[in-house]
Order: sequence, then structure tokens, then C-alpha cells
Amino acid sequence: MTEKQHRAFSFRRISAITGNTLTELTRQKVFYVVLIFALVLIGNSIFMARLTFQQESQVLKDVSLGAMSIFTSLLAIISTARLIPQETEDRTIYTILAKPVTRLEYLCGKLAGVLALLALSTFVMSALFFLVLYLREQTVISETARQLAGMPPEQINEALRGIRASTFNPNLLAGIGIIYLKACLLASLTLFVSTFATTNIFTVVVMVFIYFIGHLQATARDYWLQEKSADWITHAFLAFVAFVFPDLQAFNLIDDIVAGVAVPLTLFAKTALLGGFYTAIYLLLACVVFYGKEL
Amino acid sequence: MRIVLVLVIVIAFGTAKLPVEHELAAIHQRLHFRSVELGLDLREQIGQLGFIAALSGFRSLVADILFIQAHVAWERTEWGRVLLLFRQVTTLQPHVILFWDMAAWHMAWNASAAAMHDSTQPRLALRIKAQREYFALGKDFLEHGIRNNPDRPQLYESLGRLYRDKYHNHARASEYFAKAAEKPGAFSYDKRFAAYELSFCEGREREAYERLHQFYLAGKNERLPTLITRLKFLEEKLNIPADQRIPDQR
Repeated sequence: MTEKQHRAFSFRRISAITGNTLTELTRQKVFYVVLIFALVLIGNSIFMARLTFQQESQVLKDVSLGAMSIFTSLLAIISTARLIPQETEDRTIYTILAKPVTRLEYLCGKLAGVLALLALSTFVMSALFFLVLYLREQTVISETARQLAGMPPEQINEALRGIRASTFNPNLLAGIGIIYLKACLLASLTLFVSTFATTNIFTVVVMVFIYFIGHLQATARDYWLQEKSADWITHAFLAFVAFVFPDLQAFNLIDDIVAGVAVPLTLFAKTALLGGFYTAIYLLLACVVFYGKEL
Repeated sequence: MRIVLVLVIVIAFGTAKLPVEHELAAIHQRLHFRSVELGLDLREQIGQLGFIAALSGFRSLVADILFIQAHVAWERTEWGRVLLLFRQVTTLQPHVILFWDMAAWHMAWNASAAAMHDSTQPRLALRIKAQREYFALGKDFLEHGIRNNPDRPQLYESLGRLYRDKYHNHARASEYFAKAAEKPGAFSYDKRFAAYELSFCEGREREAYERLHQFYLAGKNERLPTLITRLKFLEEKLNIPADQRIPDQR
């Protein structure tokens, strides 16, 4: 291959690394364990839903979407945390980087592999969630139709319309999309942490702390922007939290979507944009640190 | 050099993201998404683990677990615990109508009935007092729920039902059924219920008669047994001329 033919950035090379990363991740037991736990929890939500007899799908949706949120975040952190340390330990990273593959391509490929895995698991969880929701809706509809037998058809239709409206809501899809984006940003942030971490345990522990801090970032930011009397150390600390950490509360739209609150499309779009921005910036930071790493 | 570059990126990143995050938070607050006060009171109520979970974005899950606990407490008729758990549940998820509605129902219907039939309390006056306190708790839940969800009809309807069945205050019941009927997604019977309740109010019979008569004229589907009964009652009370009265149902 001549120097002229070699491109500095190639999507083909990235897709090759992505494919390999995805294959490698799907072969890991941890992926199946996490996925099975999530699926069992989503499947079980149908039994918990029986405890309510007015808004039947409330508990079902809360439990299922909560499970999706927990397990996609967990999967994002666990799968990404072991990528670089594992490859360094196995020495495969040296083989790859000895070839004409830039470190940027390598990280992009690795992250894309994790994002593909997250997309796959989100899809499987969503499919089961919608199936369970559909089954629950059909059960409630047939029970309601039986209970209202003999009533004027208009009233029966009104009751059934109410059940259908409270079960399926187009906002649910957008909400699942936001859960996925949150997982993507966590994966990117984990990749950044793993570029300077020596073990994957360290990366996971740091990410757990970041996860909690991220959910409190909005409080710290508000306090920093409003509080005038705080001393400079507090001020500097709050500014650091506001500048460095992502606002993970911005991605918690599911609580309100399940409650039936109408969420404007612009809010979804802005949240998605912010998620994409975070993911890109943390990837950039990972690249900067990774380029300086001696391998 | 590399550390300087990382710092420059972090500062540039922070400067770029802060206005967007601030704008998103403002939208959330405008839509009442961040109306939950995760303060020390709640921390004491739901325990450390629950509080951490609520802080980590699993507010709805914690609320559901507490809701299931409240359900178990109800089965055991532990009314104090039911009240406490529903207060926590509604604090965590103030936009879920079901939680407010169930809390009010348990207090105003179940706990109040249990208080009235409390065999350990021989004095009737104290049993009535306890019953009224539970009615008030139910009303309080519904009023709080309405303040958190002013555009949804269900809680107005429940408050109307509470005024009708527990306080026998037909004027207030009519007012709340009418408010429910004005909200998007209200059931068609809310408007009719408002008129029925008005027909029980002394001095407002003419207004009630006109509203009920409008329903009667709207078509056969609206001519339900209660509507006919209330119209007949008002015709008698208001001395409506025989030729203007509705025909007898056979």
C-alpha cells in the first residue's frame, strides 16, 4: 500500500473494529447475565401490574422502563470498562495499532461496537416490553368489556379508548431513545476514564461515582449560578462539578412520560442533541489522553 | 502539554454545555418535571437506599415499591402506615394521578369506614371524629394532587365524588364535576354528574332543570334513568306546566 493510498481516517477500518468489538462483547457472559436479568424483570412486571386496578399499565411501565434504564447503563459501563485494559492485557491492542490504524479510529471503532451492543440490547428489551404491555392491554380490555356488558356501546367504547390511551403512548418510544442516549454517553465517558485507568475495576468504581454525581450536577450547577455568599472553595468546587460532569437528570424523562405528562418534541430533540454532544466530547477527551499513552 | 489540552477542552466543553443544560432545566421546571423536593424529610422517610435510588433517576421505581408496600399495609389494615407510605409515594411521583386517587380513596373510604366500625373505641363521638379526620385526609390528598396536575380531569372528578358521597355537599360536588368536565380527556358523564348534583342544591333547582333538560333534548342516548328521575323531581318542585314536562317512561 503506497502512502498516497492510505487514508488518515477510514470508515472501513472503523467498521472492522466495530464488528470485532461487537462479536467479542456478545461472546461475554456478562452481556447475557445482564440481559437475562433485565428481561426477567420486564417479564415479571406483568404480575406487579395486577396490584393496580385503575391505571393498569402504570406499574408495568415504571418497572419495565426502570429496568431498561438500570441495565442499559450497567451494560454501558461494564462492557466499555474492560475494553482497553483487556486488550492491553491480551496484547491484541499492540497488534492492531502496529497496523496502519490510528488511535482515533481504534477508539471510534471500540465505542461504535459498544453502542451497537447497547442498541441491540435496548431493542430486545423494548420488544419484550411492548409485548408485555400489549398482553396486559388485551387482558384489561377483555375484562372491561365483560364487566361493561349490557351498557350502551358508546360508554363501552369510551372506557376502551381510555384503556388504550393510557397503555400506548408515542412518547414511550422517544423515552426509550433517551434511555439509549444516556447509555451512549455513559459508554463514552467510561471509555475516557478507561484511557487513564489501569484496571477495569477502577473504571467501574469511578463510573459509579460519576453516575451519582451526574444526577446531582443540576443541583450543584443551580447552587453555583445562584449562590453569592458561598466561599471561593465551595464556589470553585461547584464550578468544577458543573463544568466537568454531565447533567444526567436531563435524561430522566421516563418518570414523567409514564405519569402521562405530554412531553414536547423539542424537548426530546434538545435532550438528544445534548446526549450526542456529551458523547462526542468525551470521545474527543479519550482520544487526547489515549494519544499520549505509551503503548 | 497534554494536560493543558485536556483542560482547554474541558473548559470549552463546560462553557458550551452550561447554557444548553440550563435551558433544558428551565423547560423541565416549566413543565413541572423537577417539582420533586428530595430533601431531608424524604430521606428520613424512605431510608438511605431508597433516597439514593431516587437521586439516581429511579424515582418512579422507588415510588412503585412504596406503592406495593402501601397495598400490603392496606391488606393488613395498618392505616397509619398506609397514610405514611402514600405521602412518600405522592412526594416522589406527584404527576401520577393513580397515586393521589388511591391515597384519597384509602383514606376517605376505607380508613374512614374502619374508624367508624372500630370495636376498640366504644365512644361514638370519637369514632365519628376519627372518620371525619380520614375524610379530611382524603380531601387533602386530592387537593394536593389537583395543585400538581391542574389540567387533568380525574382528580377533580374524585373530589366531586368525595364531596357527594362523604360530605353530602352537593354544591361543591357539582362545582368539581363541572371543573372535571372542562378539562381535556374528561369523561362525558362528568357534565351530567355536575347537573345531577346541582339538582340537589336548594335554590338552584331552576338552573339544574335547564341543564338537565338540555341533556334530555340532546337525544335518546342521554335519557338515562337518573336523568329522567331528577328531571321528574324538578318538574314537580318547580311546578313546570304539564305540556312542558317530559313524557312518562314506560
